[in-house]
Amino acid sequence: MTLAQILLFAEGDADGASGLTLELATKARSLADTVTAFAPAHGEAMAAELGAHGVTTVYALEGLGDGLVGVHAAAALAAHIDAASPDAVFFGQTTDGRDTAARLAVLADRPVSTNNVGAQIVDGGLVTEEPIFGGTQNIYTAYRAPTPALAMFRPKSFEAEPSGGGAAAVESVSAVDPGEAGRATVTGRHAEERSGPQLDDATVVVSGGRGLGQPDAYSMVDELAGLLGAASGASRAIVDAGWVPYAKQVGQTGKVVKPNVYIACGISGATQHLVGMKGSKNIVAINKDPEAPIFGVADLGIVGDVHKVMPALIEALKSR
Amino acid sequence: MKVVVCVKQIPDPAVPGQLEPDTNTLNRDDKLILDESDSYGVEMALQLVEAAGGGQVSLVSMAPRSETSGLRTALAMGADDAVLISDEALAGSDALGTAKVLGAAIGELEADLVLAGVESSDGYTGTVPEMVAGVMGVPSITFAKHIEISDGVASVQRQTEAGYDQVECALPAVVSVTAGVVEPRYPSFKGIMAAKKKPVDAKDLGALGIDASAVGVAGARQETVDVTDAPEREAGEIITDEGDAHTNIVEFLTELKVI
Repeated sequence: MTLAQILLFAEGDADGASGLTLELATKARSLADTVTAFAPAHGEAMAAELGAHGVTTVYALEGLGDGLVGVHAAAALAAHIDAASPDAVFFGQTTDGRDTAARLAVLADRPVSTNNVGAQIVDGGLVTEEPIFGGTQNIYTAYRAPTPALAMFRPKSFEAEPSGGGAAAVESVSAVDPGEAGRATVTGRHAEERSGPQLDDATVVVSGGRGLGQPDAYSMVDELAGLLGAASGASRAIVDAGWVPYAKQVGQTGKVVKPNVYIACGISGATQHLVGMKGSKNIVAINKDPEAPIFGVADLGIVGDVHKVMPALIEALKSR
Repeated sequence: MKVVVCVKQIPDPAVPGQLEPDTNTLNRDDKLILDESDSYGVEMALQLVEAAGGGQVSLVSMAPRSETSGLRTALAMGADDAVLISDEALAGSDALGTAKVLGAAIGELEADLVLAGVESSDGYTGTVPEMVAGVMGVPSITFAKHIEISDGVASVQRQTEAGYDQVECALPAVVSVTAGVVEPRYPSFKGIMAAKKKPVDAKDLGALGIDASAVGVAGARQETVDVTDAPEREAGEIITDEGDAHTNIVEFLTELKVI
């Protein structure tokens, strides 16, 4: 059984749609006869990729300008869903996705199902799957409010697969004035410097945690990552402590990664962290505490001091 | 300047969580503590009021059984007073129901600025601050890593997927504060003693004029249809380092053709 139409909140940039957006498009087309998309920006740039993943029409918001995405997209979305009557609206669990879904929930007075990793249609309604308690249990929730159901999904929950379709049609959607709530403006955009493989799509990730002892020791994580062509990540503990920027955080807050190999160095494995990396194919953990929860998910666990094991590992790799 | 901070009192994250057998909502029977995520909002509020040369920091919390232990922690850090909304009808409220309650309570306080954590440690939907702003009809800036207030305008660095955006907004506004961007102060002994005497204004739903059907399990309009155990990862090989455990990692990476 499928729904008639799922509307996708499509995010991306001038180069095309985000990976998460294409993951959701792929899932949506298995659940609905028609998948459409609402793009707060870059609608034209995403049309080809979205079409290739099963989206028929992209509704492109005009005139966002310097406004914040959430409040403006929600105002336009509320008008659009009244006219187009989708059965569900899918959002990625991103900064703008959360803002938009939250604002829309208030405007449309209906709940948002959050942090989902799965979805199915049961008796004509949406049932979502959310991992709880650090991913040890899954909870399945039926949406009982009026349609469209609003649902948000975590990254890497589904595989993006092209459907072979041509470019999606693009239709302009006029901005709707959100009134006083829309008065915040973006006056500058700053991109953090990126070099080497990115956490999102690296096949190997090396992460460091509080067990490194001090900020300087994170250089071992960078060096090991460099030798393995890996992206470097971090636990929330050392991000909160200011050792490395937020962009490196792996976990419930932060990035979800599913690399071929994840190497956790001095990370105890709080549920906050496990949620973001336990989907990795192979996990290596180095930690001096044999009781650390990280060993519960490790394929290879080394009970030892990161200050001894990591330098030895780095030397061994260098001498190969 | 008057800053209102939303704070959540949650079950101790160090203790394994449990679901209520009949509603599958989180069991909150044990003592509740201040969510660490919210300590950043409290600290930010205290710093902004100090920078403004004075003002008031008020807390707003929704909790079962008139729980105040988490509120007392935030009052001990230096907040001036608190509003606590407690009502049996609130059990099982979702993010939107929570935002309706918080928005109504905050609306009575005439705040210049409303702060909140980006997401709670137990529910982590990350939607409540934006919803509170929606209920109040004011702007919101989420995922803030830096806030300055000058002449009634908030200048905020908002985290984005790529880096951060500089955002300007005339107050009043709701701003959610990213964990880790300030160092929450430890309550002093004097602060802990003073907190015991600070006013906590207890309210129920009726006092806020909210209908019980809009909140709680009924207002959430979602039904748990199943709860399953996630498949566990198979236990791996655990080796104690005797000086050469790195060779095991090299072997493992070689088998996987990573090197």
